[in-house]
Amino acid sequence: MPLSTQSQADDEQYVLVASLDNARNLSNLLKAITFKDHAIFSATPNGLKVTVEESKCLQANAFIQAEIFQEFTIREDSVGFQVNLTVLLDCLSIFGGSTVPGVSTALRMCYRGYGYPLTLFLEEGGVVTVCKINTQEPEEPVDFEFCSTNVTNKVILQSESLKEAFSELDMTSEVLQITMSPSQPYFRLSTFGNSGNAHYDYPKDSDMMELFRCDKTQTNRYKMSLLKPSTKALALSCKVSVRTDSRGFLSLQYLVRNDDGQICFVEYFCCPDEEYSCCGCLHLDVNGLLLSRRLEDVCCDVFDYLHLSFSPLCFQHLLH
Amino acid sequence: MDCVVTGGNVKVLAKAINSLSRIGDELYVEPQEEGLALRSVNSSRSAYACFLFAPLFFSRYTIPRGHTFRCKIAIKSVQAVFRSLATLEKTVEKCHIELDEQKNRLTFTLHCKHGLMKTHNLSFQDSESLQAVFDKDSYANVFRCNPRLLVDTVVHFPPSLEEVTVSVSDERMWFRNHVEEDADQSKAMLTELCLASEEFDHFGVKAHNGVTFCLKELRGLLVFAESTGLPISMYFDEPGSPVVLSLTDSVLEGNFVLATLSDDPNHRKNNPRRACTPPPPPPPDDFMNDDIDCYLIAMDTSIAPGPSGAGPPTPPLSDSLCSKPSAAANHRTRPHSEEEEDETADSGRPPNKKFCSLFFGSVLPASSQMTTQPVTSQQVLASDSEEDVQ
Repeated sequence: MPLSTQSQADDEQYVLVASLDNARNLSNLLKAITFKDHAIFSATPNGLKVTVEESKCLQANAFIQAEIFQEFTIREDSVGFQVNLTVLLDCLSIFGGSTVPGVSTALRMCYRGYGYPLTLFLEEGGVVTVCKINTQEPEEPVDFEFCSTNVTNKVILQSESLKEAFSELDMTSEVLQITMSPSQPYFRLSTFGNSGNAHYDYPKDSDMMELFRCDKTQTNRYKMSLLKPSTKALALSCKVSVRTDSRGFLSLQYLVRNDDGQICFVEYFCCPDEEYSCCGCLHLDVNGLLLSRRLEDVCCDVFDYLHLSFSPLCFQHLLH
Repeated sequence: MDCVVTGGNVKVLAKAINSLSRIGDELYVEPQEEGLALRSVNSSRSAYACFLFAPLFFSRYTIPRGHTFRCKIAIKSVQAVFRSLATLEKTVEKCHIELDEQKNRLTFTLHCKHGLMKTHNLSFQDSESLQAVFDKDSYANVFRCNPRLLVDTVVHFPPSLEEVTVSVSDERMWFRNHVEEDADQSKAMLTELCLASEEFDHFGVKAHNGVTFCLKELRGLLVFAESTGLPISMYFDEPGSPVVLSLTDSVLEGNFVLATLSDDPNHRKNNPRRACTPPPPPPPDDFMNDDIDCYLIAMDTSIAPGPSGAGPPTPPLSDSLCSKPSAAANHRTRPHSEEEEDETADSGRPPNKKFCSLFFGSVLPASSQMTTQPVTSQQVLASDSEEDVQ
């Protein structure tokens, strides 16, 4: 293959060299997180992580482990840069992105370091294209502080059924409400649109439900516009893990099998819609009292173990 | 109201709703003892469709006791419940329709495979009764055929075609696209199809008439008929009298009633100048002098069930039509007594300016009570036989 005939000397100048026999293994995954122009690339000896963010409220990460690549060489502990994702995807499909079996675009991605462009060598059918994409100073991705120890509810579903629900969601609804509970309705997606509201309920014993671990009833709302891009990742995936933590932050993890059957992950983090979200233990409608998120956090800690039903009067007293 | 539809019938229900959506924007729901009636009418009231699902169509059918319940829902909302028709059969096991009168909500619950449950709570509005009274059995010409025949015929006409003319002789039926008289003859394309009587299951011609009606609305019925395979019966009489297309089987009955162009040259002359704003209602006397070419199909707009006795003469329908914002710009039919006196200029062009046969007669009380009070009397000007059930 022409790409591999490059001399060893060339390679030494690159801090990162990653090769794929089938560029689609990368481009398909990147398409699942392309909702903004720019992406932050972060490479470690474990592999490549590509991050896209939306107004600090939504973050999508695509993980491609080092083992997926035919060649993955990194000369530093961590390499980071930012590129225009749209341009990158255009380059990866520069040969037209045909789906003829047996024909694929080979990729060799090289990066010399800070200040240098990202160089892509693409080959298909003996034709080689070299693309150099300018890189930018990588922004620090938001740390959503979502740790597995703080996870209150987790379900793993087969993507098939979730795909159906997401394709039918009422887009006139501004929010998507997710309810997870150890009791009915177990796992529920709700929309509140122009014509009324709709609920999609998944029982915990459904054969689509691979794992159901919900300790506390939680209802959280997320802006529909933020979650919409995640449907691309859902379409590619075969399994989805839905987790919420005590703050109501949502983590969606998608298991994607690439063309060669290898497993990659795509992850979405989303902030709850501040105005509405509340955690199960304070699901009260006390004379129109609206809890702010900060107050919720405080109350969550204090009232974690209190029973759901206590009188409005008592609650008001506690707050003031 | 509490109904359950199971298995393949869910798809039939969804398809019926889809074909009603081709007629109007709102779905009128009325659970009756004879079955669940789903109806729709277009904004100019020149097309009406009704599907009646007998109690046997449902695995459970209970209606509100003690009072009649009627409502209307935006049809797009109901269509959203049955999205992805293709997978409906494979995924939906049953559909539960429940009414919550206190919260003004109609709940559709779809029980799907793998335990998935989809619940849609749709808000509705109370509505007046929507029921066209017509007597298709009295019409001169009756035909019955496999829906495939009509589908294959209609496919030859461009989707943009508004009207089609159907004319018959003893042995043949012709379908011709209708070209407006004032259209440029050199640019017009004329398509004509001829069907022999042998292609029909039943071909009963008593009068060699030709009627012109809107094709678009017919397509809605054809899609439904083709999927269910039920034979379509077509009834029509003189021009101006509506054409009725119906299909029946043991558990459902569908009727599409479409207005037809009247032959009266007087109307053709006046139509282009039809205004969008309502003319002043003529005195009640004129209503009795209606043009005989036009058969009136009285629309029962009373909230009280069933037709009541004849009341005092009533002013024409136009006022009520224009009180609805949607009808204002799109007038396709006007009461006859209006047309002779309609001198005001057109401020906007209705999509089909030539339809003038009255489809729904005026059954309104005096104008002072018009929009606020229920109608308690009506004058039925067609023979008073109700549409058959089954």
